[in-house]
Amino acid sequence: MNARLDADRLRFAYGPRPVLDDVSFAIGPGELVGVIGPNGAGKTTLVRLLAGVLSPIGGSVRLAGRPLSEYRRREVARRLAVVPQDAHVDFPFTALEVVLMGRAAHLPPLGFPRARDLTVARAAMQRLEVAHIEDRPLDRVSGGERQRVLLARALAQEPDVLLLDEPTTHLDLRHQAGIHDVLGELSRSRGTAVLSVLHDLNLAAMYCDRLLLLAGGRLVRDGTPGDVLTAEALGSAYRTRVYVGPNPATGSLVVLPFARRPG
Amino acid sequence: MTLRPPYLTARRLAATTAVLVVLLALSLAGAMLVGPVRASVWRALTDPGSPDHVILFRARLPRVLLGAVVGGSLGASGAALQALLANPLACPHLLGISGGAAVGGVVALVAGAEAISLVVPLAAFAGALFAIGVVYFCARAGGRSTPYALLLVGVVFNVLASAAIMVINAIASYAQAHGVLFWLMGSLSGQSWRLIAAAAAYALAGLAWLTAHAQDLNLLAAGEEGAAELGVDVERARRAVFVAASLLVGAAVSVSGMISFVGLIVPHLIRLVLGADHRLLLPASFLGGAAFLVWSDALARTALAPAELPVGVVTALLGGPFFLFLLRRELGRAAS
Repeated sequence: MNARLDADRLRFAYGPRPVLDDVSFAIGPGELVGVIGPNGAGKTTLVRLLAGVLSPIGGSVRLAGRPLSEYRRREVARRLAVVPQDAHVDFPFTALEVVLMGRAAHLPPLGFPRARDLTVARAAMQRLEVAHIEDRPLDRVSGGERQRVLLARALAQEPDVLLLDEPTTHLDLRHQAGIHDVLGELSRSRGTAVLSVLHDLNLAAMYCDRLLLLAGGRLVRDGTPGDVLTAEALGSAYRTRVYVGPNPATGSLVVLPFARRPG
Repeated sequence: MTLRPPYLTARRLAATTAVLVVLLALSLAGAMLVGPVRASVWRALTDPGSPDHVILFRARLPRVLLGAVVGGSLGASGAALQALLANPLACPHLLGISGGAAVGGVVALVAGAEAISLVVPLAAFAGALFAIGVVYFCARAGGRSTPYALLLVGVVFNVLASAAIMVINAIASYAQAHGVLFWLMGSLSGQSWRLIAAAAAYALAGLAWLTAHAQDLNLLAAGEEGAAELGVDVERARRAVFVAASLLVGAAVSVSGMISFVGLIVPHLIRLVLGADHRLLLPASFLGGAAFLVWSDALARTALAPAELPVGVVTALLGGPFFLFLLRRELGRAAS
């Protein structure tokens, strides 16, 4: 099966201090995996290593069983897509042009989009409710619209593996839920393996089958939301007291910090 | 602002390019008729011995063609550098790349390469390539280059380049030094057909090479990391663009000295009208830059007639305020 990504004893450092150390896990077809952890835990670095835009100083990443370093970038882009935290574009590409860039790896180098490429791109835009802004330059849309256009671009790549780095930072409640519905449907219907860095633990509890908890560059928990989201594990990872309890509306878990009040 | 179609088709690329080629041809013909002395086209065509023939075909035609080659080179290289650096404020002159090419050209001139016309563009090309390398690696952090870093590195590189040129000039003989100064002022007059042909060959090679990488430039415009994730071999694309842009800048500087801001203004105006897709933007910036410089030169030779301004003065007067306006807007965006 192609939708498989293995991280094997990953190690990375920007300077002398390791940012990630001995991180191993695998994700497979149809899985929706959330990566959580405090600031500076190495979440974004992990995404960049898994995407192959950074090379680990130890260990390896394998895509569909083959080491990522053996692929050409074009081959990777046909199988694996990344939604960045925020891509700031200074040039007036239209939203549709940006989504069509997701097709670039499927086309010859100077290639113009064929009918199928347009269909795929426009379907992705429809799904993320940005079809109506297809002719608008990307430097003239709101942060939330831009983020949804970037997710549409990733869907247009038709990837087996989809990596997201805090995809909902700029989104309102409705679109936060909407994006996770799209991701859920993608993993169920196409068997796409989805790995998403999430800041919001409640969204993580609600939408993910499995959570990876990173702290201090190490993978400290890997399991179902019920296994990972415990007051004890979160308390030591985030170094603060948290409340974990059932969400009466959905049956998933709710995580809340304890406010530190004077006195 | 939804005046243009949402994506580029091969048909629109061909049609738009054809229209621009026609507009440029009309510009060349029109600019040939502009000058301090009025010349009759009829007499020039019918009587090869007439002064009209000499003015139109020996003085103005080479000048107009050279203007087109130089303007086109600067326009296309500006567009490519802006994409490569993911920064709309990039331009070969401000980045010090023209300065690097000028140092290369001056070395070749003083070494006496003037007689072999192909060597000066080659030396200018080498200087431009060196400058691109230095500026790129100094101004970049985390796959992007901030406007501040780019401008600072460019300013510093330009200061270094002019210092180097002064040192070379101090060593050179009086006659050579005079020739170098004249060359550096940025003028389009008095070049031989051979040199024009050589510059055109370099420029067209550079443009073709860039256009072959147009799709990579589209993806690079959003940053190197994003481009890699969308399937671009960033190292390879970057090397190709470095070489192609250096060919263009080397071609321009070797025949006309330092002409500023064409590479900044032209791609911006083209993007406003035709969009950001580099498959169209690169050839359109070449054709648009050609027309822009040809008309700037027509203005340079008529505005203060019978006195003549170097064309570089005209482009600087037009481009300086334009650049300040863009910088204000960028800084405003960065702050928001």
